Formats: sequence, C-alpha cells, structure tokens
Amino acid sequence: MLDLIIIGAGPAGITAAVYAARRNMSILVVTKDIGGQAAISGDVENYTGYQFITGPELAIKFQAHMSKYNIEIKENEEIIKIEKEGDLIRVTSDKGSYQAKTIIVASGKRSKKLNVPGEKEFKNRGLTYCATCDGPLFAQKEVAVIGGGNSSLDAAIQLMNIAKKVYIVNINSVVEGDAIMQEKLHGNDKVIILNNSQVEAVLGDKMVNGLRIKREGKQETLAVQGIFVEIGLIPNSEFAKILDRNEFGEIKINFHNQTNISGFFAAGDVTDVPEKQIIIACGEGSKACLSVFKYLATHKI
Amino acid sequence: MEVKVYSTPTCPYCTMVKEYLSSKSISFQGIDVSLDKAAADEMIKVSGQMGVPTIVIGSEVIVGFDKEAINKALNL
Repeated sequence: MLDLIIIGAGPAGITAAVYAARRNMSILVVTKDIGGQAAISGDVENYTGYQFITGPELAIKFQAHMSKYNIEIKENEEIIKIEKEGDLIRVTSDKGSYQAKTIIVASGKRSKKLNVPGEKEFKNRGLTYCATCDGPLFAQKEVAVIGGGNSSLDAAIQLMNIAKKVYIVNINSVVEGDAIMQEKLHGNDKVIILNNSQVEAVLGDKMVNGLRIKREGKQETLAVQGIFVEIGLIPNSEFAKILDRNEFGEIKINFHNQTNISGFFAAGDVTDVPEKQIIIACGEGSKACLSVFKYLATHKI
Repeated sequence: MEVKVYSTPTCPYCTMVKEYLSSKSISFQGIDVSLDKAAADEMIKVSGQMGVPTIVIGSEVIVGFDKEAINKALNL
C-alpha cells in the first residue's frame, strides 16, 4: 500500500515529493503537467538563491531535482474524484484509480475563463491565456487584454512593444494593478484603457477578428485580431468536493496542512494559505509532507 | 521522420518541448515564429491556429506540449 499520493507537480507537489522520497515513503504523483504555474511564469526575481531566473527555467530545475529520486509519476491525468475508503484514500483520474494511506492535494490554480460565446471556438485562433507564450505572434496587430489586475497590466506591457494597438478591457471603473505597472503604460499612445467594460462575445471567422463589449451600457465592437484573457485564477479543487473549501474554492487547511478530513492534506495555491508565491508553495509542500510523515508514524493504517 | 517545432523565445512550453525531444535524442528543426513572419503564416496554415508550440511530426500536427501525442507520433 502506498504511503502517499500527491496530486499535482507544481512547486508544492514537487517539493512534497522530494521530501517524501528522502524519507523513503512509498509515493505516487498524479498530475496534469509538470511545473504548474511556475512553468508559465515570466521572470522570477524573488526565489531565494536565484537573483534572476525565468519561470520555465526554475520549473525545469524543480523537475530535475525530483527526477534524482525514483518517484513514480502519472502525467497527463485529470483528477475526477478523491474520496475516503475505509481508512484509506481513493483517487480516481480519467486514466486510472489509485489507493494510498494519505494524500496531499497540490493541484494549484488555472486561468479563469470568460464564459462568453466564441471563447472556446477561438482558443488558439487569436484568443490565448498566455501572453508570454503567444504575444510575439501578434506583431503589428490590434489586440485586447481582458482584465484590470496585475496580470492583465503585465500582459499589456509585454504587448505594447509588439502590437500596433492594445486595448485593456476592464470590467471595473478603475484599473487595479500596481502603480509601477500603470506608470509603464501611461503615456504610451498605443494603449487604450476601457473601463466599465464587459466582454460579451469573441467574434471571428477562421481566426479572431473582433471583440464585442458593453461599455457603460453601450455595445461596441473592437476590431482586434488578438485577445488575451487575464482575469485571474481559480483553484483546481472541483474534484475535492469532500473537503472544506472557502468561498473562492480554496481548500481550507490548518498550520499543519491538514484539511477537515483525517489523512487528507493540501499545499500550495490550491489552499487558503495567504499569498500565492512559488517560494511559499515550495515551503507549504515540504510542510505538508512532514505532517504526513508524522501522521503515518502515529496512525496505524 | 521530419520534426518541426514552431515556437517563440518567451514560450515556456516551447522550451519544454525542445528539451523533451532532445532528451529522447530526436533531432528537430526549431522555428522562431516571432522573427520570421513567413514561418508564422506557414504555422497558421498548417495547423489552422496560432498557439505555440506547434509541433509537426511527419503529417501529424500537435498543438501544445502534449507528451502523449508526441510519443505516439514518434513511436516512443
């Protein structure tokens, strides 16, 4: 019987796996991808020991660290359900079913969707959730960035050097991102901020050719070829319905990364821990694993 | 089999795809679509979309770092 199943292989999951391997626990990692959000982050300048490293580079280092140990990893699996089965834990994915004594949920967060007509059809056809990745393809084109927070401003800053015109479509009456980022945008005549604007539909033929919005109650169409969705993140916790979650869907944990159910632990961005940072997720992953270790030592399963 | 990876320098999954192929000793042609407009148009034509990485393996077109699809196309 496995000691531990770890869901997710971002900073929290990988760190938990490394700690578990070093304690000779028998573990399995079940995950959709490796690296999590760290892999799609831009520049990282606050991870101690690295004055500067890019997200992908750091993610590759994490992965290399994990692969030093003989850890079984099931990649490309979507978790459907976790449940209690007697004293054990059952994890069901779209590809298999696994059992262990304990679990650490470290499934992170993902980009929020717009949920408007056209979004699905035009994904990768002009609509993208990764400005860092796809931005360069929109050279000299007109684009819209949806959102008014830091990630949206970050995308707009990247794009203003590439695109011909950048609309920032913000649902609120003011843009909320950091002052330092707003400063970078101000005075750039390529950037147009549209406040009080709700996205209604993504338009296009084969590729995106427009965005329909309602601005201050009036419908308008922006003739854009690119749409960058940056409206925040939601936790990947739908499969963890048996666990207590807060109003945002984050799994509630205590100092020891324990959830409300015995044997179920959680770590990183999927939890209600304050502040979502790579370094915090790593710390939380290690803390969760050490809690599991103590739990196994004191519970006969 | 001819393998092409259409990518941008800032795209992390592109880096991962290339590292993955290298780790399996698969040689490939890396094409930076941010520098080469004609290559970007070619990628859009071949794949009908504009997300990177786009990987072309023989007649197979794979969008994103889909390890399983890559393995299948390469018989790994």
